[in-house]
Amino acid sequence: MLEIINLSYRAQDDNQDKEILDNINLKFEDNYTYVITGPNGSGKSTLAKLVMGILPASSGKILFNGMNITSLPINERAKLGISYAFQTPVTFKGLKIRDLIDVACGQKKSFDQICEILSKVGLCAKDYINRPLDDKLSGGELKRIEIALALCQEAKLNIFDEPEAGIDLWSFDNLIDIFNSLKNSTNIIVSHQKRILHISDYIILLKNGQIEKFGKKEEVVPLLEKRQCARLVRSK
Amino acid sequence: MNKLEKKLLEKISDLHTMPSGAFNIRKNGQLFDRASTKEIEITPKKNKNGINIKIKDGTKNKSVHIPVIITVGGLNDLVYNDFYIGKDCDVLIVAGCGIHNATCKTSLHSGIHSFHVGQNSKVRYVEKHIAEGKSGDKILNPITKIVLQKNSFMQIETLQLDGVTSSLRKTIARLGEGATLKVQENISTSEQQWTKTYFKVLLAGRDSRAEIVSHSVAKGRSFQEFKSNLIGQELCFGHVECDGIMMDEARIVSVPMIDAQNSNSSLIHEAAIGKIASDELIKLMSLGLSKEEAENMIIEGFLLG
Ligand SMILES: Nc1ncnc2c1ncn2[C@@H]1O[C@H](COP(=O)(O)OP(=O)(O)O)[C@@H](O)[C@H]1O
Ligand SMILES: [Mg+2]
Repeated sequence: MLEIINLSYRAQDDNQDKEILDNINLKFEDNYTYVITGPNGSGKSTLAKLVMGILPASSGKILFNGMNITSLPINERAKLGISYAFQTPVTFKGLKIRDLIDVACGQKKSFDQICEILSKVGLCAKDYINRPLDDKLSGGELKRIEIALALCQEAKLNIFDEPEAGIDLWSFDNLIDIFNSLKNSTNIIVSHQKRILHISDYIILLKNGQIEKFGKKEEVVPLLEKRQCARLVRSK
Repeated sequence: MNKLEKKLLEKISDLHTMPSGAFNIRKNGQLFDRASTKEIEITPKKNKNGINIKIKDGTKNKSVHIPVIITVGGLNDLVYNDFYIGKDCDVLIVAGCGIHNATCKTSLHSGIHSFHVGQNSKVRYVEKHIAEGKSGDKILNPITKIVLQKNSFMQIETLQLDGVTSSLRKTIARLGEGATLKVQENISTSEQQWTKTYFKVLLAGRDSRAEIVSHSVAKGRSFQEFKSNLIGQELCFGHVECDGIMMDEARIVSVPMIDAQNSNSSLIHEAAIGKIASDELIKLMSLGLSKEEAENMIIEGFLLG
């Protein structure tokens, strides 16, 4: 459903070209869940943003259901069925949560429908729909709303960038339930979280802008655990 | 009233029919209709244009509407409206001016409003300024003077939309002990229009509090200037926030002044002017809106939200 071919992203850093993603090749199949993991700064968010069109590819191709979307604007990709939940949720001045839900759903929703959507992320619609989506909301609240907006889009491909960040333990279970319920879509989740790794089908391990390992969860998790173990031993 | 006049009236005061409480409707420089109530008495001034509005002590959950509509060119309308609000009141005051000028002559309206708010009273003041019509200049120069007595509260919501050729707005307030003033002023300009808005707030009483938020959107080659002067004379709190979005070749100037004359004053000025935030655009586009739709939604929320 999604194919990434020879994809690279270079940025200018101190007037020097910096290779942030280097010749990435990946193939995503329908209705599987993929986790992208790897150290901070390895290029996970950059890869996710390239798929959504938030950053432009320096070279290479992105195919979505066979269609070349490499130079398509963000909203066109959204219309084709790609959603994106930001690592750092965006806030506004004067827009209410309800306004964004209506946009994400592509139509005006009834109170009951909004209630259902927000309850998936553990929020009570009554307390939230008329609140502005601004920085008076806590980080956890913003993150939950960010995820709810992605769910509203009912996309064929969902991208979540570190969805667990800032979410407390109770809603973490909630989050796992949400991912488990997304069976009719392909999901790409950027995450470090062990429990999220465990609900995936495939894991992509990035390092310095390159794919270090791409394989089934059963293959990659033991490798990650072994490393974790080695790190612990070394630090002792 | 004809269709155009009714439409203007609706836009500035949300009135579909004659208001139920006290009101004074001014049309093309003259009285159109007026009504007082048991608690709210409106009387014309003797020596100049304008009215006195007296609100009795203890008046609660009542409203006063004083809209002005102008549908002719070449009019220079200057009015003085003085509000005397008694003690322990809780009232809504809706003012506003709608100009539709289809001629090539200038229409000008200057509303000089003064508010004397009695002890423990609560006032919400809503004011909308709208101008339409292509050719003639439409000028609005409102002045608002406010005196807040002990423990009174006043909330001001003003909105001025695109179409006003030029506007010079002044708001001057004096706050007594425990009094609170909250202002939300939203202004949008386009083409070659300009607006200057000045605030002078004297925090004279202990525990007085002023919060002023200005949202401005400047499009085309328009110009906006925001100046504020907060003066703290007692243990008090003052916060001014000026947020501006510029598009095209527009310009916004923000001039803050805070003057803490007492060391127990806590005064803050925040100003941020720039283009529409790119992360806001990206977020809305990722939900399926085109760049233009996203811009419109952000601006609309910013001004009307
Ligand atoms: N616009 C940019 N200019 C220069 N360097 C950037 C830019 N954006 C990201 N980077 C760098 O690219 C690398 C990858 O960033 P990112 O994709 O956010 O990593 P991750 O999400 O894996 O933590 C980091 O080293 C980051 O500092
Ligand atoms: Mg990241």
